[in-house]
Amino acid sequence: MKFTIGWLKEHLDTKFKDNEILEKLTDVGLEVESFEKLSTDLDNFKVAKIINAEQHPNADKLKVCDVDIGEQNTVKVVCGAPNAKKNLLTVYAGPGSVIPKNNMKLTVSKIRGVTSYGMLCSESELNLSDESDGITELKSNKYSDKLGKNFFKNSTEKVIDLSITPNRPDCLGVRGVARDLAAAGAGKLKHTSNINIKKNGAQKIKVSITKDKNQGCTIFGSCLIKDVANKESPKWLKDKIESLGQKPISAIVDITNYVMLDLNRPLHAYDVDKIDKEIIVRNSVKGETFEALDNKVYKLDNDMCVISDKSGILGLGGIIGGSRSGTEFNTKNILLESAYFLPRSIRKTSKLLNIDTDAKFRFERGIDPQSIEIGLKKAAQLITEICGGKVSKFDIQKTKKEKKNKIKFKIPLFERIAGFEVKDNEIIKILKDLGFEVSKKKLELELKIPTWRPDITQPIDIVEEIVRIKGYNNIRTLEPDKTRFKATLNKQQKLFHFLQRSVASKGYFETITWSFTDSKLNSFFKENYKEIKIVNPISSDLDVLRNSIFSNLTSYLKKNLDRGFKDVSLFEIGPIFKDNKPGEQLTVIGAIKSGKISRLNWNEENRSVDVFDAKKDVIQTLVEAGYDRQNLFVREKSPSYYHPGKSGSVYLDKDDINLVAYFGEIHPNIIKKLDIKTEALVGFEIYLDYLKDKKLKLKDLKSQFKFSDYQKSDRDFAFVVDKYFKAQDLIDIISSIDQSLIKSVKIFDVYEGENIPKDKKSIALNVTIQSSEKTLEESDLEKINKLIISTVETKSGAKIRS
Amino acid sequence: MSDIKKIKDEFLNKLSTDLNIESVNQIKSELFGKNGKISNSFKNLGSLPAEERKKFASDLNFIKDELQEKINKKIQEIEIKEINSKLENEKVDITLPERNIIQGKIHPVSQVIDEISSIFSEIGFSVEEGPDVENEHYNFTALNTPDNHPARDMHDTFYLDDKKELLLRTHTSPVQVRTMLKGKPPFKIIAPGRTYRSDSDQTHAPMFHQVEGLHIDKNINMGHLKGCLNYFIKSFFEVDKIKMRFRPSHFPFTEPSAEVDIGYELKDSKIVIGEGDKWLEILGCGMVHPNVLKNVKINPDKYQGYAFGIGIDRLAMLKYGINDLRAFFETDYRWLNHFGFDPLDVPSNYRGLSR
Repeated sequence: MKFTIGWLKEHLDTKFKDNEILEKLTDVGLEVESFEKLSTDLDNFKVAKIINAEQHPNADKLKVCDVDIGEQNTVKVVCGAPNAKKNLLTVYAGPGSVIPKNNMKLTVSKIRGVTSYGMLCSESELNLSDESDGITELKSNKYSDKLGKNFFKNSTEKVIDLSITPNRPDCLGVRGVARDLAAAGAGKLKHTSNINIKKNGAQKIKVSITKDKNQGCTIFGSCLIKDVANKESPKWLKDKIESLGQKPISAIVDITNYVMLDLNRPLHAYDVDKIDKEIIVRNSVKGETFEALDNKVYKLDNDMCVISDKSGILGLGGIIGGSRSGTEFNTKNILLESAYFLPRSIRKTSKLLNIDTDAKFRFERGIDPQSIEIGLKKAAQLITEICGGKVSKFDIQKTKKEKKNKIKFKIPLFERIAGFEVKDNEIIKILKDLGFEVSKKKLELELKIPTWRPDITQPIDIVEEIVRIKGYNNIRTLEPDKTRFKATLNKQQKLFHFLQRSVASKGYFETITWSFTDSKLNSFFKENYKEIKIVNPISSDLDVLRNSIFSNLTSYLKKNLDRGFKDVSLFEIGPIFKDNKPGEQLTVIGAIKSGKISRLNWNEENRSVDVFDAKKDVIQTLVEAGYDRQNLFVREKSPSYYHPGKSGSVYLDKDDINLVAYFGEIHPNIIKKLDIKTEALVGFEIYLDYLKDKKLKLKDLKSQFKFSDYQKSDRDFAFVVDKYFKAQDLIDIISSIDQSLIKSVKIFDVYEGENIPKDKKSIALNVTIQSSEKTLEESDLEKINKLIISTVETKSGAKIRS
Repeated sequence: MSDIKKIKDEFLNKLSTDLNIESVNQIKSELFGKNGKISNSFKNLGSLPAEERKKFASDLNFIKDELQEKINKKIQEIEIKEINSKLENEKVDITLPERNIIQGKIHPVSQVIDEISSIFSEIGFSVEEGPDVENEHYNFTALNTPDNHPARDMHDTFYLDDKKELLLRTHTSPVQVRTMLKGKPPFKIIAPGRTYRSDSDQTHAPMFHQVEGLHIDKNINMGHLKGCLNYFIKSFFEVDKIKMRFRPSHFPFTEPSAEVDIGYELKDSKIVIGEGDKWLEILGCGMVHPNVLKNVKINPDKYQGYAFGIGIDRLAMLKYGINDLRAFFETDYRWLNHFGFDPLDVPSNYRGLSR
């Protein structure tokens, strides 16, 4: 919403200075976006100084000048003026400027082989005098400190630009803004002067509003103005229209626009002679078409509110007029429309057809249904003043009688919500100034709501009116109340924050990427999940919700590798999506690691990252989060985007139920398809939703501290087992032989090759044996030794290596 | 007696010369070995007359202790000497680099979410969450934004179906609705999370973060709202004074509604919060609309309260001097390293929000 202070003052009697008005606007909730002069064509003319003037290489009468225009670099201008010389102060016009004298638009051009950026102007070209023999000479005492400044003073008024919230259609007109300011004490709202226009005869074009279902129009007011002479608008009107950055078109169009901006009353003018007999306001029928004033042809659906005549559609009511019946400079007779369209109907139609106009914007938010007549009056008066013509009586068709809505407002509600007191009298005054009709009954106000305030429907809206006009600075700042009803974080949330920092502490950089991704990348990682398309994606490479965190992580990894990084560790903790319904999402940590460990280190041998780096990070993270390493169980199963032989999954138990994580090397085919250039790439994923809640709190988990002081013994074994026999199972078999004696089992060597059959491997283990009751005798140890060997051999088919 | 005295003197002399460890061990065995001089003297004790025996035994023990101590000292002396001479050859260039340090980083948005949670925890708020995919009812209708309302245009929404019933939440406010539907008042929650709008330019990202706040009880008014936000802003920016301005605004789900600006000034092109006469909009808030309360089956005549929504990314930018919103989500390793936080830097009240 744009207007000038001068325009505002046509409605508001105020002694406030400009900045006070601006402050007040913001205080009542009409946010000031800017207060600036509009730039004009004349802003292109700058005070400039010729730094150097040399003879043009190819033309005797031309000079090539270096001109200082107050910017960092000088510009080159070719100039034919005899008085162009070094140190002359003059007027420079840059490319794009329009020369006032001849309306010539300047461009960068070559003049006899030398490029000239703009021109130096004579007084005649600037319409300052008839002097055209040379370029303007400016007096150095007056202009030497104005280098680069505008030569012409910008005489336009500053324009206020307000950001109007959708609940305040009344402030889409200058008068509405003035009313709010007046209520807030910034002056007095001027009375609208009585407009007396002479009305001659009836409005002879028949108007009817059909009784269609969901008819979008409830009031259609109109009048005829005959024998007008449409023309260019007078200066005052042009200035007003231009001050808002709009282009004047013709007096009739400008007047309807002016009334809309002034009173928030959209109008439409038809060329009567182009109307076929009568006006019918009706619902459209699917397939009907019409050409609108924006020169586009619209194809309509059923039940759109249209204004039509006997031959067809004239316009979309309250949205846009049609080109068939538009006014032109030679229009002689006009029909002026001032109507009320239902916001819902306007919104539906404009959304379907994707049209946005000033009228649509206003009707959609709600126009004052009682502004029909004032709109006709004001426009008719201006038209007859400027274009002449005779005005008919007003014809007003209504399908419904509208009356003012009433609400009852209990005064104490104000203090209950706002937390501070405003005296009853003041409340009443504020409401009256805003246009309410108020009658007081004890602690209750009976209010008739002004028809221009469709946003006010219930008592809470009245609270807002009072507090906003009174000023939000009156709201007190109370000490925060510290009552607590619930712990800040629940267990799952604590786990989230713990795991996030646990993974980061292992050298991974946390990143946050979009929850959506490229469907092509997603397909590498989606497994059995459904692809979830976004209907209106921001770009075609962000067209689906992600089924895995890896699609984004790998593509950003690639970007970092392309930047020259080699050893990159990234992770993200966030949602992945199983379906397009609320709640069909999982919280997942996805982490990847590329390149080498100890690259370029003087005292450590470097090696490529491998599956056991990923395994260490995932297991350590789970152990840190409180899951016992003894209970974590690893299986070979993993999604297809991992290397089939170098990946696995982690379970919280041996029953294959609580799968909580995957880890491994990323499948070489995917690395290839994504064109990721690195020595190695591993990753892991932890599913937070599958991490079974540890029911006990830490304080309950700490059991009694028991330890044994008896002698420990270590025994080493080497077993030859099948090549695909799992180390985890071997450890498991030994550990479960006698848990009271076998304290730990460690694998210290795995060997395949010479001396071992081809389909076998040798696993060497160290077993720690300790009793909590006594020091074990040699014979006890011998017994347990034998038991270990026999149990392993029986259960695994292994052979002890001698 | 004189015999053992002689032995003592003789060996003490020997031990005070420069010896290696083997010679000391030789001496030790000469004295205390099976046929050592001292050992033999003890063996002879029995043959002495009773009256001499006691005195002799006492002297012998004394001499034994003295010699033993001397031997032990000598051994220690030699060992230390040996170590010292070894050390001279064990010097390394201590300025060579240490083994690789690994340091991970926490994203500034995560860090700021933790800071916010810590601040609100201090005044009794708990954290709630809701799904990223919402239906239009929770995202709009239940929040007093019916389909035909122009306020829906304020949110550019990503839809997941043609009927426009499923969408990516455009704000964290649906968490209000979900929280109130599943519980009973009073409510005192914050809800940080991802939010989405189909809007992308220099200052808008299609995904960003918000934190919702909701406090509903029997007598919570606008004064509490102002007090709560004043406390939050001061704590978050870690300043004593803050200039804050409440401006009337409009959100369908609050009435009255306000936008909050904070005062700032530019010092060396960096934003300094709390001073100066420029205003920066940082959040929207208001009293929860009675229609919203009714939609979640709460009687607005009995319960009332406030809600607010704050852009988390914006807060992070202001506090940590980050200029470009888009960079938050571009995973540039250099940026993450520069603006990320050490994982050990957990914001908390007693250790301070930030270092």
